[in-house]
Amino acid sequence: MSDASMSDDSLRELGDYIAAALGEEIIRVEVKLGELEVLAQRHAIVRVMQFLRDDSTCMFKQLMELCGVDYPSRPERFDVVYCLLSLKHNQRIRVKVSTDEDTPVPSVTGVWPVAGWFEREAWDLYGIFFSDHPDLRRILTDYGFEGHPLRKDFPLTGYVELRYDVEQRRVVYEPVKLTQDFRSFDFLSPWEGMTEVQLPGDEKANIPIGAVNPTARAMAGNPAAREIATNNPAAGTLKG
Amino acid sequence: MGTTVENQIKPFTMNFGPQHPAAHGVLRLVLEMDGEIVERADPHIGLLHRGTEKLIEYKTYIQALPYFDRLDYVSPMCMEHTFVLAVEKLLGISAPQRAQYIRVLYAEITRILNHLLNITTFGLDVGAITPSLWGFEEREKLMEFYERVSGARLHANYFRAGGVHQDLPAGLADDIWEYMETFPRFLDDLENLLTENRIFKQRTVDIGVVSADDALAWGFTGPMLRGSNVAWDLRKAQPYDRYDEFEFDVPVGLTGDCYARYLVRMEEMRQSALIVRQALEKLRVTPGPVKVNDRKIAPPPRGEMKRSMEALIHHFKLYTEGYHVPAGETYTATESPKGEFGVYLVADGTNRPYRCKIRPTGFSHLQAMEFMSKGHMLADSVAIIGSMDIVFGEIDR
Repeated sequence: MSDASMSDDSLRELGDYIAAALGEEIIRVEVKLGELEVLAQRHAIVRVMQFLRDDSTCMFKQLMELCGVDYPSRPERFDVVYCLLSLKHNQRIRVKVSTDEDTPVPSVTGVWPVAGWFEREAWDLYGIFFSDHPDLRRILTDYGFEGHPLRKDFPLTGYVELRYDVEQRRVVYEPVKLTQDFRSFDFLSPWEGMTEVQLPGDEKANIPIGAVNPTARAMAGNPAAREIATNNPAAGTLKG
Repeated sequence: MGTTVENQIKPFTMNFGPQHPAAHGVLRLVLEMDGEIVERADPHIGLLHRGTEKLIEYKTYIQALPYFDRLDYVSPMCMEHTFVLAVEKLLGISAPQRAQYIRVLYAEITRILNHLLNITTFGLDVGAITPSLWGFEEREKLMEFYERVSGARLHANYFRAGGVHQDLPAGLADDIWEYMETFPRFLDDLENLLTENRIFKQRTVDIGVVSADDALAWGFTGPMLRGSNVAWDLRKAQPYDRYDEFEFDVPVGLTGDCYARYLVRMEEMRQSALIVRQALEKLRVTPGPVKVNDRKIAPPPRGEMKRSMEALIHHFKLYTEGYHVPAGETYTATESPKGEFGVYLVADGTNRPYRCKIRPTGFSHLQAMEFMSKGHMLADSVAIIGSMDIVFGEIDR
């Protein structure tokens, strides 16, 4: 535990240093779950990356990961996430910039050649455009694929399926036909569609202790019990 | 006249794969050749793309785990390891001590499995058939240990967030110990076949040399980075699951060529065997549970479910709805046999990952194919691919 908080301190220190050195190009610095996260300005990403790579306090010589994340509800729906690793200081940092479908993100292939394929992948799967990329082709999907499959509004099943056609003697694409409806269970509202409905007995939850419980009367079939429930508030609540 | 004919066929473009035995899977390599010299190499990947990351977004955390076995299918448990560590980090839990030792034990068995496959098929690529015949026999024995603990030879689905699925069955620890007594002798035999083999050295020494700076810039990790004389191992530098309690050495290669990478992997197997034995010793004196005692995350034991309604409900909820992971994000990486295997996991508080980016190890290695094979002969590019240790399950995802 003490180890974690100590490294948190050193990460915070590093974050403050980066924020001070780069000024307005950094929007926000955060330490969460023992990981340092920096939100940078999109247009300045190349400069930020160069600084992080070359500065003697940072020395993030390796780009481990570059990927997109889609948040459709935001005005700038995509995040581009860069995960860097410093062998010298044994530290990691995560840099984020946000963008939308039309705004290009400057490519960091000039800083790390390894970014080339990662950016191609983000372009392929999310449609995030990287400017100055030497070779921005699709990489994981099929030749001639349409759409960007990892976007949240792209269906899991896709739009086309392919099969070998014996007559045409080639592989053909056809619209997806599902023999069973696609099922996606929503566990956030287990009784979907019933949230506005009052189930019998629900109203008891809101009755203050000691008050007369109307249901107890309605539900009790015999008049004697009804009598007790009406006259004795405590009994009514107990029954509820 | 000879020169004009030569000029006409330049540059010669060649398709290597996707169904080539030395392509280690479905790699389509478009090579531009100048005679027999590689001028440009453009790997086309994605032929094994299954949309794992998209599928995981539609699965609960428990259901997402088996997908990791299918990424790098020659080292399945190491893939699981990263994912469960990432989930544990977001959940804010850690596995019991015994479970951590078991995970270390199996991660190292997996490392041996992986390196055995790589070294022997690498040998096969450059003309040595015997190592693969011997190595696959040993792999089979190791996969038996997989089967005894998880029920499956390959796609184990054994690690869980909060521990492992079940404790080791009776007698397994002794059998692994016994096997590890004889394993170094097998490694000696394997080395006899390859290390001083004249043909093997002709094919690998000074081929695909990568300097330390290049290795860093191209995002190399694991034996590819250590082969270029960078002593970096996440098990030492950022220890996870009690790796800090184990004594082992991190071998580095001095030359950065295919031969150095082979030597690194060879020594890593010996070190893994040492770690396995240490783990078994520690397991002997560490009884206890193998998963967290939180019924919202780990299922109750079968016996309890027969008697307790509460346990039955927990079991049902866990395997239908799964557990909810608090919102947050993490990039967690482990030292898989091939190098740094990372998972960037974004949780939004529901029972399904919002985003699960898998950082494949071979992706960045294969990307460097052009820079590594430029100026080499065509046959050398086969040796380079072999030394990269690529598996398309993880590259294409």
